[in-house]
Amino acid sequence: MKKLVLALAASTLLSTAALAEDIKIGVFLGFTGPIESMVAQMGPGAELAIKEVSDSGALLDGVKVEAVRGDTTCVDAAAATATAERLVTTDKVKAIVGGDCSGVTGAALQNVARPNGIVMISPSATSPGLSTAEDDGLFFRTAPSDARQGEIVRDILTEKGIKTIALTYTNNDYGKGLAESIQKNFEAAGGKVTISAAHEDGKGDYSAEVGALAQAGGEVLVVAGYLDQGGKGIIQAALDTGAFSTFYLPDGMVGDALPKAIGAGLNGSYGANPGTDSPGAATFQEMAKAAGFDGTGAFSAESYDAAALILLAMQAAGSTESAKLKDKVMDVANAPGEKIYPGELAKALKILKDGGEIDYVGASAVELVGPGESAGNYREIEIKDGGISVVKYR
Amino acid sequence: MDFLNAITLLGNFVIVPGAAYGCQLALGALGVTLIYAILRFSNFAHGETMAIGTMSCILFTWLLQSWGVSFGPLPTALLALPVGIAATIALLLATDRLVYRFHRKKKSTPVIFLIASLGVMFFYNGIVRFIIGPDDRIFTDGERFLLSAAEFRAATGLQQVMVIKMTQAITVVVTVICVAALFWFLNRTRTGKSMRAFSDNRDLALLSGINPDRVVIVAWILAAALATIAGTLYGLDKSFKPFTYLQLLLPIFASAIVGGIGSPVGAIAGGFIIAFSEVFLTFAYKQFIGYLVPEAWAPEGLVQFLSTEYKFAISFAILVIVLLVRPTGIFRGQSV
Repeated sequence: MKKLVLALAASTLLSTAALAEDIKIGVFLGFTGPIESMVAQMGPGAELAIKEVSDSGALLDGVKVEAVRGDTTCVDAAAATATAERLVTTDKVKAIVGGDCSGVTGAALQNVARPNGIVMISPSATSPGLSTAEDDGLFFRTAPSDARQGEIVRDILTEKGIKTIALTYTNNDYGKGLAESIQKNFEAAGGKVTISAAHEDGKGDYSAEVGALAQAGGEVLVVAGYLDQGGKGIIQAALDTGAFSTFYLPDGMVGDALPKAIGAGLNGSYGANPGTDSPGAATFQEMAKAAGFDGTGAFSAESYDAAALILLAMQAAGSTESAKLKDKVMDVANAPGEKIYPGELAKALKILKDGGEIDYVGASAVELVGPGESAGNYREIEIKDGGISVVKYR
Repeated sequence: MDFLNAITLLGNFVIVPGAAYGCQLALGALGVTLIYAILRFSNFAHGETMAIGTMSCILFTWLLQSWGVSFGPLPTALLALPVGIAATIALLLATDRLVYRFHRKKKSTPVIFLIASLGVMFFYNGIVRFIIGPDDRIFTDGERFLLSAAEFRAATGLQQVMVIKMTQAITVVVTVICVAALFWFLNRTRTGKSMRAFSDNRDLALLSGINPDRVVIVAWILAAALATIAGTLYGLDKSFKPFTYLQLLLPIFASAIVGGIGSPVGAIAGGFIIAFSEVFLTFAYKQFIGYLVPEAWAPEGLVQFLSTEYKFAISFAILVIVLLVRPTGIFRGQSV
């Protein structure tokens, strides 16, 4: 009996040793829920980087990496926490790409990632609250905080000579944080916010919201929402009733789907979203096309970069453990070192292996500042002839 | 002139959109109420049934468009409606055969039916995402406005404008036709009368020789038709996104219960009560009052009873009050 137990124990040890070569990375995004159509481009983005590294065979001693999907639902913190728990304890992921929406990301960070010491790199959580959240050095994001976006909005509006705005935001951590940031910045610059009203996503009818916004008035309606959700519904209803004719579109509202859905009424509206004219963006779009998804989708490039950063930090740390790799994320993301663009992950892994340094630029011109978040390159856009045209980069 | 401006303002932002939304809710609530009256359970799959019906319509609309067929100023989807309805009827009858008939034979309690309908809801939910995907689809074509802002201004010269979208007009007209047809069917035809008898007193109806299977089949056919029409009208007016159809379930049930579940008149009244209460109570009356009173009295603030954040709280507050004061609903439906 004793022998049998020993043999069993030994075989368990051996088998874990054999499996240690293959690791898993959690792709923790809202595959169902209000931003499911956006996540359809984000998930493949992250998986593209993971596959690229895994296929290269250059990570550590040829470690294979597998992506495991987990659903944040975007809105349900309890469900997101349970999913993150499952990823960490059952699937034993080494690190997590995600979450997506700010509320569920904060919940998963506090309830799962910190207690288990797992690194999370979010491609799309932009709430300013996450900059100051306790994270034990485990949380990073390839998206900029909305505190920065508030300044961008103020700059663009004041340059255009806008004095009064009406403001509507999607009723969640992202929308609220962004709306507060916009209001604070715009009022500090001498502008007037006539009303700041929340709207719920995925609801049937927005006539009540548009009614209230129209009565408050303003030269421009700032819609801090999602382009395939309430944000679109509000713009459509505001145009139909003739309440507003010009809109400011923050990051969640910039996408080709919006002018396509709204039509000519949107011409002349403007906005800005994280974006860069770095050559990485174009390369990524081609890679995405070859892989069968749309690389211009919102936060798709950021998702690729989040996954790439995790894997590069592993190589730099010489370990797949979160406790070690968390100290290397900032190193691989920022200068000094050789600039790395999408599709060059194998080259980057080799440089790191040889003891060199890299400066990961990636698809979204990653530059991590402060508590590990993107510095924020924005591109100012205008809707012209039913399409998005870039005005300039800020 | 100021008085006319005030009325136009209210019409544009409150009455026209409220009426269209109320019609969409009323048609949805009618389907829920019919199933409740005949099968005695709350069909949680109704929102997804609307999504499936709309999806069938969209697919056929695309086919028609690819053939170059159009309906002039009206949306092509109206031509596709019969096909969409037929597909939905087939699906609902198959579901009844595979899921609910088993429970009817076992004489399961309403709670078990309700849970079974939840399962059906998730199944439909999956089918929709599998076939057409989670994306937003816009399938409206034809004329966009019946009365556009520019036309209105040219005709009246008022400061405020009244806009009526083609889809809003279609919604109201189609709803009136559907409701008239349904009431004619329930009150004038033999099958309709047997359904009402079955709903009022099942045992007595069975004794007098009414075939229960037939009544159930007709109820599903009506529910499928109403769901497809409601869903398509909604999709034409706003857009088709599967996620919103799941969310529509709440206001639809609120409408059915407020009006009195099991009562068709109640479902229609409930739909309009829920739709209008949301818009009326959250509207900012600043400009409206500004037109009606002398300039010196014009209000500074927004004059809003409740912020729009509380719009859903309103329908639920009404629901709670109705259930407390009159548990059977305004039009005396079956007690829930």
